[in-house]
Amino acid sequence: MLPALNPAHPFTVQSTARRLTGVIALLAILAAIALPWADLAMVQSEPWPELKRLATGLLLPYWDEPTILLESLGQTLAFALLAVTLSAPLGMVLALVFHCRVVRWFCAAVRSVHELFWGLLLMQVFGLSATTGLLAILIPYTGVFAKVFAETLALQDKTPARSISLKPGFTSQLALWSYTRIPQALPALLSYTRYRFECALRSSAILGFIGLPTLGFHLETAFKQGLYGQAGALLWAFLILIGTLRYWLQPRLIPVYLIAAVWLLPETIGFSNSGYLWQFVSRDIWPTPLLNGDLAGTVNWASRMWQEQAWPGLVQTVLLTQLALFLTLVITLVVYPMASKVVAGRLNARIGHFLLLVMRSTPEMMLAFVFMLLFGPSGLPAVLALAIHNSGLIGYLVARNSDADQRHRLDDPAGIARYAYLETPRQLPSLLAWLFYRWEVMLRESAIMGVLGITTLGFYIDSAFEEIRYDRAFFLILVTVALTVVVDGCSRWLRNKAGVESAGG
Amino acid sequence: MSANHQPAFQLTNASLSYGQAQVLQHIHLTIHDGEKVALLGPSGAGKSSLLNLLYQQRADRCALCPQDNGLVDILSAYHNIFMGGLDRHSTPASLWNLVRPLKRARTAIEAIATQLGLGTELWKSVDRLSGGQRQRVALGRALFRKKDIFLGDEPVSALDPIQAETLMQHVLSQHATAVVCLHSPVLALALFDRVVVMKAGSIELDQPTRQLTLADLNSNYITDVPADRTALVLPEKSSVVSSPEACVTGKIQR
Repeated sequence: MLPALNPAHPFTVQSTARRLTGVIALLAILAAIALPWADLAMVQSEPWPELKRLATGLLLPYWDEPTILLESLGQTLAFALLAVTLSAPLGMVLALVFHCRVVRWFCAAVRSVHELFWGLLLMQVFGLSATTGLLAILIPYTGVFAKVFAETLALQDKTPARSISLKPGFTSQLALWSYTRIPQALPALLSYTRYRFECALRSSAILGFIGLPTLGFHLETAFKQGLYGQAGALLWAFLILIGTLRYWLQPRLIPVYLIAAVWLLPETIGFSNSGYLWQFVSRDIWPTPLLNGDLAGTVNWASRMWQEQAWPGLVQTVLLTQLALFLTLVITLVVYPMASKVVAGRLNARIGHFLLLVMRSTPEMMLAFVFMLLFGPSGLPAVLALAIHNSGLIGYLVARNSDADQRHRLDDPAGIARYAYLETPRQLPSLLAWLFYRWEVMLRESAIMGVLGITTLGFYIDSAFEEIRYDRAFFLILVTVALTVVVDGCSRWLRNKAGVESAGG
Repeated sequence: MSANHQPAFQLTNASLSYGQAQVLQHIHLTIHDGEKVALLGPSGAGKSSLLNLLYQQRADRCALCPQDNGLVDILSAYHNIFMGGLDRHSTPASLWNLVRPLKRARTAIEAIATQLGLGTELWKSVDRLSGGQRQRVALGRALFRKKDIFLGDEPVSALDPIQAETLMQHVLSQHATAVVCLHSPVLALALFDRVVVMKAGSIELDQPTRQLTLADLNSNYITDVPADRTALVLPEKSSVVSSPEACVTGKIQR
């Protein structure tokens, strides 16, 4: 909410609300600057008939071939489950040596490349195979698990470890941790793994967009053929899968699921040539002038790449992210009260929660794809998709926080006054913290949406893969990584500046 | 007082329990307009619950100042005080007030803040204020409600005795009727007409102040604790009063 200026000292900031509003104003200014430069053209001038057909399809889903639906759901699940089962322990091992700088850098590097880019890279070596799908999720998730696990372990009480004597060496360090910090942190580690599994389901679904036989593949096909009823059936099946996660993801059943997952993995389509890996890594991803030792040529190549592809892609990626970031904030402020019991009432809050579930469970890529059918290929679908998905996520967290808040008074105001004077000011610090946490994620997502034909970095990367110019693709992926690292730093700086770090969750 | 005159509050054989725990038992209490009543008693005796019960009886006439003062941390003291007047302002006016203070509200609240000694802190957000200053803001909100009955739950506990008395006096002068939980018998005798002492959910003593001395109150309720003790820390009330003895021992063991 906007706080009043102090009429006596208009330029000294003594109010936290005012400082937070300053941060919001900064985001608004950045979005306003981005607006005229971002490519937001609505190519399709008459989206309404299409929208109507789409809405009908979503409301009246149908599916002729249940086996294909079940198979694609099963394979989506299989990739997600196997990838998390493998990457969580790997991340744990890396977390134990996370104090080592090389490990930290390695993890930062692998997690800043999006699952889809990993998929595109791996596809060149392993073809459209189970290996590609599995590694595409496993590699970046290992980096994420390592970082989060290391942070969680560092937060644990250190007293129990002090009461144990130790022989020097890594194995005894491992023994020490298995008896102290790991069991201490176990509930937090497990709950995070569970959350990551939900993310992995989304990642696995959208890997279909690059050709793996998961949900995204059939969704893309159905949409492209205008079979909106089928697309609707897929979307609903996916939402139900995620919505009922807590009922079917029972620890006792996981071994059964794992066996089923291995059995369900798709057969390799096309080629699979592990022997090619070395050539790919040592030759194909490097520009020819560099391989020939031609330094001037390399610089020339890089500067041309920068001017023609990296820079324009980078600019669009950042512009769309900034617009999406501000729009996320706006939509969050509109939707969170709908799901908050204290503002909307118990019954309305149920409807609100369902809305937020749909918003946050639908992967950004799927939303963007749908919007692109409606509005044509421009930044608009990307901005809308990012804002809807992320505000569904943040709105859910804010509503949950506001309902958990125990500071009730008998004379608390109701309705809009309550929203404006009580709930929003109380939740604003954590809302902004979550928004900044999502910033980095939104940037990665906005880059990847280029795969759909929006001219962000992903567009140039995808084109480079299509033209079999791996050197270009690799260069552009490195640019994406650098951008992610810079924004991560900015976000941390802004969080500190806004004093919202402590409120984050 | 005429026979048909409606009392401000009337409780007849009122009881209240949270789950298994009996918080109030068989309370008979009548408070007339114009009375200034001090509620004394150890923590967990049921004072806050009684106050909430009274508030629910006359919500439209009462300005409430609860113990956990319900301030909104990131908003300024001005806005926290203004919240007391939300029901007198239209929604658009209330929303605009977040952007620019309304002229009339600003004048009124500046006057209240000056009387409470908050003049220079009015535009700071309350997360930057001390415990005593936050309590003044909560009092300011109660004053800005502009009701004729004041219900306070230890509203001056974080202030030093002299300031506490001055502010309490000011608040009492602004309300015709008041029921205030206090922990200081001295303050109760100095400023109130009537003292109600509670113990383990029942009324132990209910007398006009002029018939009481500090010694009476001390023998009746806090013989073992100095009169100006600041806090007797007990857990949340819903979990405390599993048995009345628990309170008594809790008190003695201090």
